[in-house]
Amino acid sequence: MKTLGEEKEKKAATQLADLLKALGLVGKGEIELEDVDLEIGELILQPSAVAPAVPKAVKPSAALAPPKVKPTAVLEAPFKPFVQEYPGRIREVTFGATKSEGGSRGKTITVGGATSPAFYLFERAPPHPPAIAVDIFDMEVRLPKAIRMHVEEVWEDTAAWAKMAVDKWGADLISVHLLSTDPLIKDAQPAEAAKTVEDVLQAVDVPLIIGGCGDPKKDAEVFTKVAEVAEGERVLLSSLTLDMGEAGVLDDLAKAASKHGQLVLAFTALDLNRAKELNRKLYDHVPEDNILMDLTTAALGYGLEYSFTIHERARIAALMGDSEVQHPVLAGTTNAWAAREAWMKLGPEWEPRALRGPIWEAITALSLLLAGVDVFMMMHPDAIRTMKRLTEQFMNRGNAKPEEIASWIDAKI
Amino acid sequence: MSEREIKKSVRGLSPIDAYTLLPRTNCKECGEANCMAFAAKLVNREVSIEDCPPILEKKHEKEYKKLKEMLAPAIKEIIIGTGDRAVKIGGKLVMYRHEFTYHNPVSLAFDVTDEMPARPRFSGEEALLDRVRKVENFLYEYIGRELKLDMIAVRSTSNDPATFRSAVGTVAEATEMPLILCSLNPNVMEAGLVAASGRRPLIYAATKENWKEMADLALMYDCPLTVFAPNDLDLLRSLSKTLIEYGVEDLVLDPGTFPDEGLSDTVNNFTMVRRNSCKGGDELFGFPLIGTPITAWFSGKDSKEMLAWKEAYVGATLMSRYADVLILHSVDGWSQLPLVIWRFNIYTDPRKPVSVDPELYKFGKPDEMSPLMLTTNYALTYFTVESDLKKFGGNYYLIVVDTEGISVESAVAGRYLTAQSIAEAVKNSGIAEKIKHKHLIIPGMAARLSGETEDELKNAGLPGWHVMVGPRDSSGIAKFLDEKWPPKEE
Repeated sequence: MKTLGEEKEKKAATQLADLLKALGLVGKGEIELEDVDLEIGELILQPSAVAPAVPKAVKPSAALAPPKVKPTAVLEAPFKPFVQEYPGRIREVTFGATKSEGGSRGKTITVGGATSPAFYLFERAPPHPPAIAVDIFDMEVRLPKAIRMHVEEVWEDTAAWAKMAVDKWGADLISVHLLSTDPLIKDAQPAEAAKTVEDVLQAVDVPLIIGGCGDPKKDAEVFTKVAEVAEGERVLLSSLTLDMGEAGVLDDLAKAASKHGQLVLAFTALDLNRAKELNRKLYDHVPEDNILMDLTTAALGYGLEYSFTIHERARIAALMGDSEVQHPVLAGTTNAWAAREAWMKLGPEWEPRALRGPIWEAITALSLLLAGVDVFMMMHPDAIRTMKRLTEQFMNRGNAKPEEIASWIDAKI
Repeated sequence: MSEREIKKSVRGLSPIDAYTLLPRTNCKECGEANCMAFAAKLVNREVSIEDCPPILEKKHEKEYKKLKEMLAPAIKEIIIGTGDRAVKIGGKLVMYRHEFTYHNPVSLAFDVTDEMPARPRFSGEEALLDRVRKVENFLYEYIGRELKLDMIAVRSTSNDPATFRSAVGTVAEATEMPLILCSLNPNVMEAGLVAASGRRPLIYAATKENWKEMADLALMYDCPLTVFAPNDLDLLRSLSKTLIEYGVEDLVLDPGTFPDEGLSDTVNNFTMVRRNSCKGGDELFGFPLIGTPITAWFSGKDSKEMLAWKEAYVGATLMSRYADVLILHSVDGWSQLPLVIWRFNIYTDPRKPVSVDPELYKFGKPDEMSPLMLTTNYALTYFTVESDLKKFGGNYYLIVVDTEGISVESAVAGRYLTAQSIAEAVKNSGIAEKIKHKHLIIPGMAARLSGETEDELKNAGLPGWHVMVGPRDSSGIAKFLDEKWPPKEE
């Protein structure tokens, strides 16, 4: 290949300039062609260089055509991440209130505020880490052995159970399930349930989540009473549903929650349209930054993929600007134990269940962590420990040490 | 070529786009009614272009190439191994599962080393062939499907060619599973490739130091090649460019798996690589990703259980975050079960409904004295019950109640499954005309509805019915029926 004469070179440069102009690539005179040293064989325009949709941050791709000469040294092809701007942002919601804020909590927990998909730290780090709530019950419930062994000493005393979850397991929040209020179980009255909540408020200083029994009318009565006695504590009422709307109790409950300064959890079953519908109903009475969503958590092996996907969809829709889903989300990951693989005897090759159960809960939770969930309701101490560790680790990057893994290939275990 | 950026996204592709390139003769050789029907299935990836015999003819060569390019995935599909057990990795069309569906489930590889004895020399010693057999024999039946493990990764801890050759040969002889050969020493790698000739193993790995020698081996032995650049995406991309220019076409990318404080970097690196290829059209990153949760085993002095636990959650994390292959160490059932199930789950088609039709289902050839059971129409609930009933054999009726696709426990709590809805479903099923007994077995999770349901059945015009409370989990149905069926007349 011989270098062209000066005149030919100029001509080629002009042709190239025209070509680039025609392709709309010459902008503000940044491209200088006077001193171009062209070889005709090099004048190959890669389609990627002319594609109108080239993302701003990505370098045009290299040619994949068979080379004439094999490279003898590494060809530099630096990397630039494809980053995006999103018009939307997840609202921030604060659980609990301290004395000066009108409550009695020792600390408050704020979640939400994300402006990128979960833990896309290369784009933008989230302002708050996800929070872990530990589930406790106001009566004896059927629990798998792997969990039961950790709570047996306290499960007759709801307040003691709460205290252990905070002191021993590091719960950010306590989630008290008022199962005894179920008309088909004990039908405990709202005042009785409110007393339990007061006991737990006394026992621990973290914010609370209050779970009902699932009966729309009864839950509305109980939540209204709880909202009143826990005035100003910013407890989360779990949960408010479209069924309450059908039963005609939703509006009054939402008003009561709002009047007493409580948060509400809007629960729908794996259906974003219904989630939006419920939120619209709540906006009439509840401040938008007092609302969290529960889009339904299914166990690993029992539909977790539906939960995973609806959370990814919801988060992206929120970031793209759908304000009706711009709320932090909560996942009841204790549901992992509904999967038979978490607790059932399957034969000696699948033992010990003392590990199989909690890893089930941990993996159910971490899958949803990656999909964007902000608050987790959990039960097993080992699963909680793993999730606390992961939520901490995922908040920072720049800690990978290549030398630590460089030798995995030939190291002995 | 690099037209991916301007190519329509997977979901933007309409049947018309494919139809205009097909022969449009409606010859039906593909088995479809016409070319339009074939085009619709083609853009939905339910059939492949090669299912249309005419387009493979010379005169349609141009259209065939165009179609091939139009349907090419963002992530190249690469085959490891040969024969029935060969695995396809990559081939991903989208970054998020809900954008379409994920193709080619993550392949799970398990390590052995070249210094392990083939067979135990003393009782309790872990031997190579035992591990291979354990991986080979792993099997879990899940809603009627068999979940298995895929590959063996042979690591050279000896760094000695002869030792590696011998170990790879032993493994290759013992199993048809595809192999990954792990050594950064080209001389050792070549010895392994000789021993695995004709098996198309994945070479692990080319690095900044050895890339040229490894590239020569990949070309000479026609094997896919891993690029290892721990936490250095500039280098990973540069090596990818270099190796492509060198003529290696099948690459697998490893940005490094850091099991501890670096796990966040790991997840971010995998995400950035996948995002640049799926969303940014970066062809240098358009290759499958390999994760190595096995690094958890070198990360501290914890107990064996703790390390297996860490490996399992790192593996699950990378499964959700774009890994196409994982190299693992623990072959314990408890730590692998969540991985094989999660893999099965996220690789199902998200367009598949969450519920099944609420109606009367028959298993076997039920007659007028066959047991009548009931469950909800949540797909996973139904499939779990279905697979258990099929496993037991026998003849049953099963009424599936519409609970808006919610499982039994949640449906009872949320009042989606009530005494009234059960009575209504029983009545509408017409089962009363098909059987002579009046016994309905409800799930143990719905036990508290039993009394009320008998009343509601009476109200619905079905007097004298008895509700039996079945097991809390359908795995207990066989035992339950052994003890309680046929029911004693009262």
